[in-house]
Amino acid sequence: METTTKETNFKSEEYFINMGPQHPATHGVLRLLLTIDGEIIRKVEPDLGYIHRSIEKMCERDSYQQIVHLTDRMDYLSSNINNEAVCLTVENALQLEIPERVKVIRTIIGELTRISSHCLWWGVMGMDVGALTTYFYGFRDRELINDIFEETCGARLTMNYNVPGGLMFDIHPNFVQRVKDFLVHFKTKLPEYDRLLTGNVIFHKRTKGVGILTKEDAISFGASGPVARASGYSCDVRKHHPYSALDKVSFNESLKTEGDTFARYQVRIQEMWESMSIIEQLIDNIPEGEHRVTTNAVIKLPKGEFYQKVETARGELGVYIISTGTKSPYRLKFRSPGFSNLSLLNHIAIGGKIGDLVATMATLDLVIPDIDR
Amino acid sequence: MTNEALQALIGSWYPNPEATLPPEKKEAPTSDEALPTEEIVVNPSLLEFNEEGSQFLNIKVAPEKLHSLMERLKQDEQTKFDYLFCLSGVDWGAELGVVYHLESTIHRHIVVVKVHTADREDPTLDTVYDLWATAEFHEREVFDFFGIKFNNHPNLKRLFLTEEWEGFPLRKDYEDEINMVIK
Repeated sequence: METTTKETNFKSEEYFINMGPQHPATHGVLRLLLTIDGEIIRKVEPDLGYIHRSIEKMCERDSYQQIVHLTDRMDYLSSNINNEAVCLTVENALQLEIPERVKVIRTIIGELTRISSHCLWWGVMGMDVGALTTYFYGFRDRELINDIFEETCGARLTMNYNVPGGLMFDIHPNFVQRVKDFLVHFKTKLPEYDRLLTGNVIFHKRTKGVGILTKEDAISFGASGPVARASGYSCDVRKHHPYSALDKVSFNESLKTEGDTFARYQVRIQEMWESMSIIEQLIDNIPEGEHRVTTNAVIKLPKGEFYQKVETARGELGVYIISTGTKSPYRLKFRSPGFSNLSLLNHIAIGGKIGDLVATMATLDLVIPDIDR
Repeated sequence: MTNEALQALIGSWYPNPEATLPPEKKEAPTSDEALPTEEIVVNPSLLEFNEEGSQFLNIKVAPEKLHSLMERLKQDEQTKFDYLFCLSGVDWGAELGVVYHLESTIHRHIVVVKVHTADREDPTLDTVYDLWATAEFHEREVFDFFGIKFNNHPNLKRLFLTEEWEGFPLRKDYEDEINMVIK
């Protein structure tokens, strides 16, 4: 396309540039092919597969206990929730009665994971739009959650704490007190986040009215998680299809209607408050009992199809297992939230500037291994 | 809507031409109670219902009716399946297929639509990209790993793998002696 402006007689034409796969704003090895006209984006085409490991094919030869370990490596910031998704699918298929203690601990750990993931997101979100301080604040508070995880199960990122039938170990004796200490600490720090970034005028100008996603488009593109909820689409799996102990707690689904980058930011900040409220409701009432029910050493699922959805920090993760009654699934599909959320990037970035694209990508909160699987 | 009501409603869209229905039953049902639950005889060559071994209602549809069924499932006021939350390719051995998980954000019911094709050399199905935008990426993933082509897809090319990749890795008969670890 060629246009000539009368005043200058300069020609303007569209051209391609690469963003990534080593760009800091893509948060991983994602390559975006941008078609731009000056600085206006005309098209964004993601090029995927740089770290595709074909986890779905590997699952077809692995046992169900082994599959749980692979899920850590998808969305590594929600690893506990990913583990839980596979465990719930297997437990539902076997119709196992899971102890209340396990359900409550899983929910607490899941919400801690969500706060930890959102802390990291908040840090890099600020960094992407030029506020470097947030990065250190976010990582400082996330560190405390990682310490709790390390004491509980020995790992800080890829936890593997859930196993089909319950938990690998019982919680550490210090767990309850440390979680309570963290909540006290984080309640003073979250308002600090607001003072530092949420009210900042420059931040508002970078994010308000940028990357607008309507509710209809959110549903059509299969968006989920904070991305969809910022467009007013009520899609919280924890509300609509509660699992573990989430039916016993009361919390508000964070909803916004603006659908822009700032709304997605606000939804995640609000979610951290809600997650703290969920943990508070459960932490003093962890029931006594077993931390695991015994399962067969070789788990064989009955013949049939099983689907389980959970809410990770990024949205709806679905596990779809087709079983033929053997020790491995015949087919296992992970419906990952990042994959669907990425598909709408082209739609909301068109017409914006490259700087807007960076801000928009930051609030889509993509984790590339989750997309590439 | 319950699975039974859904089955009766969707089945009434594809009546069996050989089965004679009472004339009043051919009218479009107005409410859930008025649905003719037993009398509907579905055309088995087009539609098959199955609830066995799954928590959802499963519909197996003939490939030529896929798009019209999907369109009606999305548009019909009583079903309104506006959220395609999972689209998976499956290699059933003799046949290849695609499984669509649909949910309605208004009625909150879920249905699973399956389509099979026996052609393993050049499997082709209709795209549902015009109904749900998320299908664009999901169908490209299915094309990439199962080699199923989608008619009218706007941008059907490999998504994760490179263009020169040979074969479709998630098929059961795929073999790669160098990169695959078997057992």
